[in-house]
Amino acid sequence: MASATGSFRSDIRFLLGDEERRLRDIDPQMTVLEYLRLAERKSGTKEGCAEGDCGACTVVLGEPDGKGGMAYRTVNACIQFVPTLDGKQLLTVEHLKSTDGTLHPVQQAMVDTHGSQCGFCTPGFVMSLYQLWLDGGEDDRGTINDALAGNLCRCTGYGPIIEAARKAGGVAANDSVEQKRRADIAAKLTAMVEGEGTLALEHPAGRYFAPRTSDELAALLVAHPDATVLAGGTDVGLWVTKMLKRLDPIIYIGDVADIQSVYETEDALIIGAGVTYSRAHAALGRVAADVGELVRRIGSRQIRNAGTVGGNIANGSPIGDTPPALIALGAKIVLRMGDVRREVPLEEFFITYGKQDRVAGEFVESVIVPKPHSGLVFKAYKISKRFDQDITAVLGAFAIKIDDGKVSEFRAAFGGMAGTPMRAKKCEAALVGKDWNEANLNAAQMALASEFEPMTDMRASKEYRMLVAQNLLTKLFIETNAPDVATRLVGKEAAHV
Amino acid sequence: MSDQALKADMDEVIAPTAGLSGGVRSSPKHDSGPKHVAGEAVYIDDINEPFGTLHLAPGASSIAHGKITKMDLSKVRSAPGVVCVLTADDIPGVNDVSPAHTHDEPVLPDGIVQFYGQPVFCVAAETRAQARAAAKLAEIEYEELPAVLDVAVALEKQLFVAPPHVMKQGDAKSALARAKHRHAGRMEIGGQDHFYLEGHISFAIPGEDGDVLLHCSTQHPSEVQHNIANVLGRPANAVTVEVRRMGGGFGGKETQAMQWAALAAIVATKTGRPAKFRLDRDDDMVMTGKRHDFIVDYDVGFDDDGRICGLDLQYAANCGFSADLSAAIADRAMFHTDNAYYLGDVEIRSYRCKTNLVSNTAFRGFGGPQGMVAIERIIDEIAMTVGRDPLDVRIANYYDTKDRNTTPYHMVVEDNVLSELTDDILKASDYRKRRNEITAFNAESPVLKKGLSLTPVKFGISFTTTFLNQAGALIHVYQDGSVHLNHGGTEMGQGLFIKVAQVVAEEFQIDLDQIKITPTNTGKVPNTSATAASSGADMNGMASRDAAMTIKNRLIAFAAEKYGVAESAVRFVPGKIIVGDKEELAFADLIKQAYLARVSLSATGYYATPKIHYDRESASGRPFYYFAYGMACSEVLIDTLTGEYKVTRVDIIHDVGRSLNPAIDLGQIEGGFIQGMGWLTSEELWWDDKGSLRTHAPSTYKIPACSDRPEDFRMELWSSGRNVEKTIHRSKAVGEPPLMLAISVHRAIADAVASVANHKVVPALDSPATPEAVLHAVADCAKRMIENAHSADAAHSMAGE
Repeated sequence: MASATGSFRSDIRFLLGDEERRLRDIDPQMTVLEYLRLAERKSGTKEGCAEGDCGACTVVLGEPDGKGGMAYRTVNACIQFVPTLDGKQLLTVEHLKSTDGTLHPVQQAMVDTHGSQCGFCTPGFVMSLYQLWLDGGEDDRGTINDALAGNLCRCTGYGPIIEAARKAGGVAANDSVEQKRRADIAAKLTAMVEGEGTLALEHPAGRYFAPRTSDELAALLVAHPDATVLAGGTDVGLWVTKMLKRLDPIIYIGDVADIQSVYETEDALIIGAGVTYSRAHAALGRVAADVGELVRRIGSRQIRNAGTVGGNIANGSPIGDTPPALIALGAKIVLRMGDVRREVPLEEFFITYGKQDRVAGEFVESVIVPKPHSGLVFKAYKISKRFDQDITAVLGAFAIKIDDGKVSEFRAAFGGMAGTPMRAKKCEAALVGKDWNEANLNAAQMALASEFEPMTDMRASKEYRMLVAQNLLTKLFIETNAPDVATRLVGKEAAHV
Repeated sequence: MSDQALKADMDEVIAPTAGLSGGVRSSPKHDSGPKHVAGEAVYIDDINEPFGTLHLAPGASSIAHGKITKMDLSKVRSAPGVVCVLTADDIPGVNDVSPAHTHDEPVLPDGIVQFYGQPVFCVAAETRAQARAAAKLAEIEYEELPAVLDVAVALEKQLFVAPPHVMKQGDAKSALARAKHRHAGRMEIGGQDHFYLEGHISFAIPGEDGDVLLHCSTQHPSEVQHNIANVLGRPANAVTVEVRRMGGGFGGKETQAMQWAALAAIVATKTGRPAKFRLDRDDDMVMTGKRHDFIVDYDVGFDDDGRICGLDLQYAANCGFSADLSAAIADRAMFHTDNAYYLGDVEIRSYRCKTNLVSNTAFRGFGGPQGMVAIERIIDEIAMTVGRDPLDVRIANYYDTKDRNTTPYHMVVEDNVLSELTDDILKASDYRKRRNEITAFNAESPVLKKGLSLTPVKFGISFTTTFLNQAGALIHVYQDGSVHLNHGGTEMGQGLFIKVAQVVAEEFQIDLDQIKITPTNTGKVPNTSATAASSGADMNGMASRDAAMTIKNRLIAFAAEKYGVAESAVRFVPGKIIVGDKEELAFADLIKQAYLARVSLSATGYYATPKIHYDRESASGRPFYYFAYGMACSEVLIDTLTGEYKVTRVDIIHDVGRSLNPAIDLGQIEGGFIQGMGWLTSEELWWDDKGSLRTHAPSTYKIPACSDRPEDFRMELWSSGRNVEKTIHRSKAVGEPPLMLAISVHRAIADAVASVANHKVVPALDSPATPEAVLHAVADCAKRMIENAHSADAAHSMAGE
């Protein structure tokens, strides 16, 4: 077995609060929630859904930020596996109260605003609020909504919790005590795993590898071509909690250092496979405002903090969310097996439902997103039952260039309309080179009806999917032609840019 | 109850008692708040498991209806960690957990499965993961029987779980025949999953003699006790049920805990080991009942002002495979057909349809919301027909105070505050001005359209099953003056425990922190009713006060005798007792003296709601002690290209009488409103053609999220509120009524949809108004407007010829 460092380590090392843990002999697919509740007997963190949707299990993970401090993020403990804690600090609701019994400001704010009723979702909310507090606090309703989108409350109606978020405030950026505390933790974490080799667990229940470099990852995948590649776990976690699957081996890419960054060139973004939505968000938002808005609405903050753009592609969901937008932008992906890399246009990667152009042992190493050239307008519309944290019924993404009233370029891609995210080539053909007028718009809408046969399921009927897809073209038409017309309920700022 | 106390209750007291911390009319925080936020509040799954605890998992039916022809559980039994497997054959007593004793709800089915996902067997293993894994290994074969998955089909086939019921006032048929205008329609109203954050859980600990202590997440510990005793074939005194708190209930834990409690109890008594049954979220959503979906058919007659003169209305309630509480729920829909309106000559028929779906159950509002959403749509349709503002049609139809004040069940509405409340909400919401602004906005905005609606709520308070209106309490005062409070009500987050504790603090004039709130336990207060029907504080507050007053009266008699003063000269004031002119005693000192003088410091309390009666045969009586009222005005913005919408502003004024705890009450109002909004908008239950629920988790079933809470949300308790009836400190129940304030959202969406056809076409908007439903309604309105224009053109050209 190849290894860049040549050595292996068989214990998982992390901090639970300030206490160091070294775990051996643990089922690699035990969830962090199970670990907390059953092994640590810390029952403050709750299971509400076991699929990363309700947020009752929200915990905060801290990692060295590479600048001597700490970076904190919320995740759903119910779908994270224990070995992914390696090298991190895990903070739960039990860690917030002072030893003298004083509640943390976010806890006190929740009490003061009557922010808990049944209290079952409360620890999760407290942790999301704590994350806000760690980041300096927040007063803006939109940002609070985003921070809490992944925490469902069935009792309060959210008003008191929003008030608590504002009331709790946040830690001051120049708080030297806090900075020192974070620096100490970062140093401790770094020392814990530095020079200690790759985490490789051999447990009767299954094996787990967490390579440190993409070369090591590539070698591992050649050695274990049928391994489950684990990134954010926002999909794979459910295979375990809901489908009760056994995964063996698991290869975790979250510690592969050289695929955790977004590189920006003059005309493209190159997103490493391990980059979470949260970390890609700002850069993608700069590509086009609507891509940013789309990423904001993918899952919840907890999900965006864990899920990766690469994983969103590799898992081949027919809906996807990022893939239709990336297809419309003309994105390519880099697939790698061993030392061999190949570039595939994203639209060609999705072959049919459940089947992608990826052979065993190959992995998505990066995503190349071209920046729209001058004059190219990009719009994406995500339609779902609920604005936040909902899986899309229909997603339409359009890149259009209009010169002197004529469509000179047009790429349209949809999610939720077929077995894979797909380009609407007939629709495109109906417009390219034509006047951007209502008659041609109607023709493009008719073309959509001829090239898609969407399905009916719990998210939407086929009739609705088709009608909305056609109407999204109308919306694009209005937004490009009549900037005074209000067309958006959310993401308004992206409507007429 | 002493005369003195009742007199005090009659007082026009509005402010909290000065000098008392946590008495009534003040806003102490939820007693568990500091524990909730620290993760220290103990839910059943958090109780430290005794050594040897077993874990249960269900094995589910994979068809909607059929005979089990083969059930091979050998692989289940031999799976790692499995200790026992239960089937219908393993039920020691009666194989039934039907709450209304209809004997149609087996713990585990004996031969016939009746819905997709029905538990057919149950595994107990050393770990929960082992139990869940083992449950997948069953080999079951069925002979499929025809499955009815649609309430309309059940109605057509006359498949019922309970007999139909009819309510009548006057002669609807001839009134309709005489009516100047008539409008008929059908509305489909979807159900709702409770989505309590804590799913169902029961934890059974075996005791001596085959007894069992059950920690159960239930709103109805007494019923769990009695039914589980039946299932075990044991007397009720062998089973003790304890509930410290639930992580939400909303009606979903009134009857639905029984099956899991029964199976845990059987395993515990059978193996002698503690047994815990915690459902996975998906199983919880598939296997437990929901709010009933309804089909409502109506034919309404009205005059030029939109005043209703005759109504014929028929409900078909989708009850699922068994009766559960469906009869009472369907009744309550009938009781709220009127909402705030005098319906004149009216006939209401209700059918309780049997389908091969999970058995539907109680959910906040208990059928009332379905009745009210239908009449509110009817009013809007009338308004559009006569061309008046819907609010004016609402006002024209309000109950009067002198005549036009009898309900379809012949109860006189005695506490009508509709007119005063309307005046106040009109001012608060600026409805008239905004109506004009919205009309102007819509004329200028081709894609986004606004809608506005102001709807009232009048909700009947009391269990309509009269005998349930009773409650009990138990109070001990210990020698140090600390108080132990127990009553039959359960805490599911609604703040019942703190409210009742406030009542007791007020009665003893002691600070709230001297009172220990204790878990509901059938061993302490027996034969209680469910914490349901919004009655928790009304009834348990009264019962607890009764218990406190018994002790207080003993203390008064003791002090009067000891200090040689008249009983009237012993006064409880904040923090102390004043005896005569001079003597002042701390509460704890008086208690100590009373103990030494051998005065009993423990008492039970009891309350039965007065005045109520209902005769089912004639469908008449006074089923409700009083009504709770509220008003809401909602504004929405819809996208006519996608059907998406946002609620942009809400104004609420709600009448809670004299609030026991204004902060808790506001929490109920906001929470109820948002939950009702979810029911009517994004929460869609979707079954596939096999009868399998496909929206069985939060990934697919969308309750409101934080951003759905309207940006501009204004609510207030009605400052003039006062219960004319002698309720606990003149308060009013608040649990359910606010949910129905959200009907204003549904009607505002319909109003926005109607704007695409200049309010000339009635949008056939059903519930839930998902973006899909809204877009279809928009398309339908636009199409019918064009058709109308064409037929008008045709009429013109005909006339021209």
